[in-house]
Amino acid sequence: MTHSSLIRHVGAVLIAGAIPIGVHAATPADLQAAYGALSGTTTIAPDRGQQLFTIRHGREWSCASCHGAVPTQAGKHASTGKPIAALAPAFNPERFVDAAKTEKWFRRNCNDVIGRECSAAEKADVIAWLRTLK
Amino acid sequence: MNRRALLHRKSWAVVALVASHAAFAGDDQRTPGVAVLPKYKQECTACHVAFPPGMLPAESWRRLLGNLPHHYGTDASLDAATVNELATWLSANAGTYRRVREAPLEDRITRSAWFIRKHDEVSAAVWKRPAVKSATNCAACHTQADQGDFNEHTVRIPR
Repeated sequence: MTHSSLIRHVGAVLIAGAIPIGVHAATPADLQAAYGALSGTTTIAPDRGQQLFTIRHGREWSCASCHGAVPTQAGKHASTGKPIAALAPAFNPERFVDAAKTEKWFRRNCNDVIGRECSAAEKADVIAWLRTLK
Repeated sequence: MNRRALLHRKSWAVVALVASHAAFAGDDQRTPGVAVLPKYKQECTACHVAFPPGMLPAESWRRLLGNLPHHYGTDASLDAATVNELATWLSANAGTYRRVREAPLEDRITRSAWFIRKHDEVSAAVWKRPAVKSATNCAACHTQADQGDFNEHTVRIPR
């Protein structure tokens, strides 16, 4: 098993185990806590999450390219133009309430934006920042 | 206009109507009408409209599903069970009629000969409008695209 697949495996098990399975089983705070625990880091930093979200990482898109720099309202898919509902959980109760869906989108979008999967610490930081948006 | 000429004209109108209908839907009634698989809607419409399965041949759908981590510049990867479910449905409902039988360039609906012909009166400037942006953005003009309805009577081109 490669390092990244190990992380993915452990992450899936930990998140699935830490959070009751169901469509709307988790809360954004649960997911942040699960990623925080998984990362082993003692500090979760919303400002690091904001930076990761807002800047470009040597590629065409940042997270903000589709979600907006402050994702409290709808964004727009950078290539198809399709509207994307607000990402900040205070503005969209469907965000970060499903562990599998959260994992799926972090996997895809970190690959698009950074060219690799995000670490558990990075995911915790991003969720922490999004939760500060009220 | 005398009665005979009127009748003649009417019958031509009927022929034209039938012919234009046949041009897309006539030999494949499933194209606009097929009920969308809930999983297809759930997964694929996160980023784009639910393209009717009849707009691409099975060969194109197969290639698309086999390469979701590299899906037109984005990672659209899905778990294997979901990919299988989508593959079964897309293959059963893929386009089989003459115009769709051949896979378009890059398996893009927008590169199909029928697509290009049907949009040949849309100028390059219209495609570039911010509200349109891309030929992939069907719903910019096809107001009922999310219902699988691409009838030209529901087209409203944004300014």
